Amino acid sequence: MTTTTPADAPAPGSGPALGDVVLDASGVTMRFGGLTAVRDVNLDVRAGEIVGLIGPNGAGKTTFFNCLTGLYIPTEGTVRYRGTVLPHRSHLVTQAGIARTFQNIRLFANMTVLENVLVGRHTRTHEGLFSALIRGPRFRRAEQESEERAMELLRFTGLEDKREHLARNLPYGEQRKLEIARALASEPGLLLLDEPTAGMTAGETTATRELVLAIRQQGTAVLVIEHDMRFIFNLCDRVAVLVQGEKLVEGTPETVQRDERVIAAYLGTPFEGEPGEEEAAEVRAAEAATPRDGQHAPQDGQQEGRTD
Amino acid sequence: MTTQHTTATRDNDGTTTDPAHHAAGGPPLLPLGSDPLTSRGLGRILTAAGAVVAFASTMLPWTWTSAFPGDLTIAMYPAGLQLITLAGAVLTAAVLLATAGVPGLRWLTPGGKHSALLLLAVGNLAATWYTAGAIAVDLGGLVNFEPGMWIGVAGTLLAVVGALALPTDLPPGPEAGPQRPAPWKRLRHALDAPAPGTAAPLPGWAEILVICAACATGLYVFAYGIEAEDGPPFIGFLLLAAFAFPALGRAGLTRRLSVLAGRNRNTTLAAAFVAALLFPITQSNEAYTNIAVSVLIFATVALGLNMVVGLAGILDLGYVAFLGVGAYTAALVSGAETSSIGLHVPFWAAVLIGAAVALVFGLVIGFPSLRLHGDYLAIVTLGFGEIFRISVQNLDGDSGPNVTNGPNGIPNIPDLKILGFDLGQTHTVLGFELGRFANYYLLMLVFTAIVVTVFRRSDNSRIGRAWIAIREDETAARAMGVNAFRLKLMAFALGATLAGMAGTVLAHVEFSVTPESYKFVHTAPPNSAFLLIAVILGGMGTVSGPLIGAALLYLIPAKLQFMADYQLLLFGIALILLMRFRPEGLIADRRKQLEFHETGQLDTPTAAAPGLGKTEA
Repeated sequence: MTTTTPADAPAPGSGPALGDVVLDASGVTMRFGGLTAVRDVNLDVRAGEIVGLIGPNGAGKTTFFNCLTGLYIPTEGTVRYRGTVLPHRSHLVTQAGIARTFQNIRLFANMTVLENVLVGRHTRTHEGLFSALIRGPRFRRAEQESEERAMELLRFTGLEDKREHLARNLPYGEQRKLEIARALASEPGLLLLDEPTAGMTAGETTATRELVLAIRQQGTAVLVIEHDMRFIFNLCDRVAVLVQGEKLVEGTPETVQRDERVIAAYLGTPFEGEPGEEEAAEVRAAEAATPRDGQHAPQDGQQEGRTD
Repeated sequence: MTTQHTTATRDNDGTTTDPAHHAAGGPPLLPLGSDPLTSRGLGRILTAAGAVVAFASTMLPWTWTSAFPGDLTIAMYPAGLQLITLAGAVLTAAVLLATAGVPGLRWLTPGGKHSALLLLAVGNLAATWYTAGAIAVDLGGLVNFEPGMWIGVAGTLLAVVGALALPTDLPPGPEAGPQRPAPWKRLRHALDAPAPGTAAPLPGWAEILVICAACATGLYVFAYGIEAEDGPPFIGFLLLAAFAFPALGRAGLTRRLSVLAGRNRNTTLAAAFVAALLFPITQSNEAYTNIAVSVLIFATVALGLNMVVGLAGILDLGYVAFLGVGAYTAALVSGAETSSIGLHVPFWAAVLIGAAVALVFGLVIGFPSLRLHGDYLAIVTLGFGEIFRISVQNLDGDSGPNVTNGPNGIPNIPDLKILGFDLGQTHTVLGFELGRFANYYLLMLVFTAIVVTVFRRSDNSRIGRAWIAIREDETAARAMGVNAFRLKLMAFALGATLAGMAGTVLAHVEFSVTPESYKFVHTAPPNSAFLLIAVILGGMGTVSGPLIGAALLYLIPAKLQFMADYQLLLFGIALILLMRFRPEGLIADRRKQLEFHETGQLDTPTAAAPGLGKTEA
């Protein structure tokens, strides 16, 4: 997976990247009983691209991630990685080349930092039980190579001094970094980050941004969910907005930032809709003395609010 | 921790005279005088006097008749329970001298000082007073005491009073206000101790020597325990051991030793193996080697279960079925007359067949049940364990084809002959007489070594890391590319194979196999519940934990037959207490210790610390 051509690092928001399509999700729909959490979402990520996925709470971003990584089996739609349809088993997805982090950190808390990264190497090493029992030279070499690769990643994320610490004892920001290092250990072509800066200080957020850029520099495409708008708009080449399970807009950060529907989805629309109609009528009745235009276009507001 | 430690050291060297400095220690539980220094001085004198008096008492007769187990009637010849008191007194005195800073003994207490002393004094008191009580009850009244007994009782009491007057190891906690906390809290505080600092490096040969000495001590203690007469002598031994081991832990010796063992892991294993190998030589009585071989089989199977439960986190309540599969397979191909197959294969083939059949059973049972998690999985494995026993009971020719002879089992399994060496006969090797059970003990030791090797090697590998990852968080492990189901099945089947292998030896040791010995709960080990208790009691995920847990769990009921009716109740109580006070088990995996105690004390690995998580010894 490391053979992916390094992207020519386009500046954030500088139009579409040129690489091949790495991830192609088409018509992904996820229903839980009567609730449709994700509806007919199409999204593609190209090699060397950083794509952001934003949306209000409960918009279905993490559900969409889970559909991509085989944790959920989507009700409809397919997910392709480099042209092949992904199986609905998360370890096979990882083997294919998609690695992820979790919104609420899910490290192996009672394993050391190094061991955590080594577990990430699982799909890229093949030493079985028997070679572990026999401990031949091949096993030793593979273990050593794994350790060297893991140490490289720890250096890359700045955790090399903590290799023997238990993951649970790391400070929060470093746990996030370790999760990224662990995901990178599987040598993914696409990295999915689920809220990598949640709960971080401004300084840590900047460091994470630089880390993600460095990951892209190494040729890994990144799909990132985040609530921190400044982080997303400074980082991503392309941003997709998910609202109530559906993709609302997709485009460069500038386009998305300016899109009124996105603003409406996040901030809501001015209060004009029908819920207030009764009260408004009362007010109008009370203020009947002042002649005014009572037919105050409620339909407009309604439409605006529904576009999502 | 370190600052407190150094302060305490200076304090005990006697170079500090500032009484205010004693705040670093903490007020004694039973102050003798208002000044802590006076109290400390008086305490030391009293403890020393107590130890000397207790020691002297063991040189006198304790009772007039040899009707009491262990002959306690001879002057200048300590025997039986007197030896326990003697050992307790010597240990107390040694630790006391170490705390007083006598050169050459300071290595005894690298960690806590007075807490260790207090525990030892209390342990000696418990053992000695128990003896007094047992004499009074057995022989009918205090009149049966000789003066020596009274002296012993007084001496141990004196030592405890003295130890209580010594300052506590740690300063009072922040919650201790001006009003004195409850006595129970203060007692627990007095038993708290700081961890030892980093040891000065020893030359390589000295480290190996220390490890060998520790293994020899372990062998001696185990052999003493096995040889102790049933009833009072064994209880006395148990009482002293129950206090002395925590005392050594408080003193920091066990921590030091585990660091040493971690540094010289192969040496430690070799030394432990040699010590185990020497055990039959120290024994003259067949009954004791019989216990030893049973302990060893039980411990080996517990270690196999530890791989399933401790590493992969699969709660298997039907593990004993795989032992049964191995035992029945071996019995069927052993050439026993009652075997329905009537085949007689050499032992190595029987082992391979037994292991293979157990492997198949493991795969067949694991394949459907490992799709479940947690409690459901536990229930299903429990069910399969019982299904095995009931099937074996019904394959008697009436309810089904005759394979296993039903409830009668397969009796009269012939003894093994390996390369012309008949394990059923007594042989004299190098002048040492090795009886039947000693032979089987040595054979079983080979299997134990195999299981230990398999455990250690699979633990520290890609597969073992994946197992632990699954135990920690299965979803995350799968997202990291671990095929959780396949790996769990692998752990389950590997555990089954090892149990099946042990079962092939078990069938020959016990002469017969019957379905009743492979229940979920039974009064005697091995059964699924006891195996699981051995793992939990000893410490999940460690090598030495299940071995020690199994030894205790087997020895205690075997030695204390009078409490046979209550043993399940007593084990229940013991487990509850263990879960309350030491949930990680007697031998703590470093991981587990951190999991259960949020101290963060072991947070930063030092250069001297062993590779983390890799199970000890």
